[in-house]
Amino acid sequence: MNGPHDMGGMHGMGPIPIEENEPVFHSEWEAKVFAMSFATFINYFPVDETRHASERMPPGDYLSSSYYERWLYALELLLTEHHLVTPAEIEARIVELAQSES
Amino acid sequence: MTSHHHHPEAEIALRVKAIESLLVEKGIVDPETLDTIIDTYEHQVGPHIGAQIVAKAWVDADFKARLLADGTRAISELGLTGFSSEHMVVVENTPEVHNLIVCTLCSCYPWAILGLPPTWYKSFAYRSRVVIEPRKVLQEFGLEIPSHVEVRVWDSNADLRYLVLPERPADTEDMSEAELASLVTRNAMIGTANVHPPTLLTQPAAQEVSP
Repeated sequence: MNGPHDMGGMHGMGPIPIEENEPVFHSEWEAKVFAMSFATFINYFPVDETRHASERMPPGDYLSSSYYERWLYALELLLTEHHLVTPAEIEARIVELAQSES
Repeated sequence: MTSHHHHPEAEIALRVKAIESLLVEKGIVDPETLDTIIDTYEHQVGPHIGAQIVAKAWVDADFKARLLADGTRAISELGLTGFSSEHMVVVENTPEVHNLIVCTLCSCYPWAILGLPPTWYKSFAYRSRVVIEPRKVLQEFGLEIPSHVEVRVWDSNADLRYLVLPERPADTEDMSEAELASLVTRNAMIGTANVHPPTLLTQPAAQEVSP
């Protein structure tokens, strides 16, 4: 499939963002997205499906998201497509957590 | 990364927390498993594993020949195969050839051997540019490849991952395999650096010190 992920040779992406002494994860949510993806793609869907899911991200979103934002998109898409969680459950839980935190 | 974010970090963090609580509640993921996965990739798996393979190849010519002929098999001899490194091709740097690894389509990388890839490897800039202007990209890493040296760029994919066997630096004849391994950096095994002899390591690397 042709898409924004087919990046070889694309122009205009600027300098290489080199970060010295970079941590493995830049935040707790990145680590959690990685771990939840890893745990589910071993047990519920193959890793290739995860990659394909991130390639199905709309091109504008793909190009303006960070690496783990794309992983989060793929995770959510697969969790809902495989009927493990519904989009409504996610939105409801976000509201609940936001209320309990405020 | 250079990209802007649609969503503030706090919003994403909350979304991730919501998904995590649902998955835990439904018994789809176990919190301890999540901690183990994070610990594995933060503390257990990393470039020190690849460095062992490189140092072994430097001191053992037969192993090196097997490694270059069939990377997957030679690496499994050392018991160092693992997830995302099931099929490995090892490419050797020589005075004539400098190898460089990328994954233009996503960020395929030999996790079991090098750990998770750095942000620059996953960046749009690296993925797009390295296949059309590898020498310029290498200059941004402070690595100048002489024009008589051929640069070969290897594009990884979901099933096949690469590892660069860097050149052994000069004046390291007296070093042990473990000492040699300590010289080998992650970037050297991707091809965005060379391995420096220990005398150079003790000097401050001017271009690497931020102001």
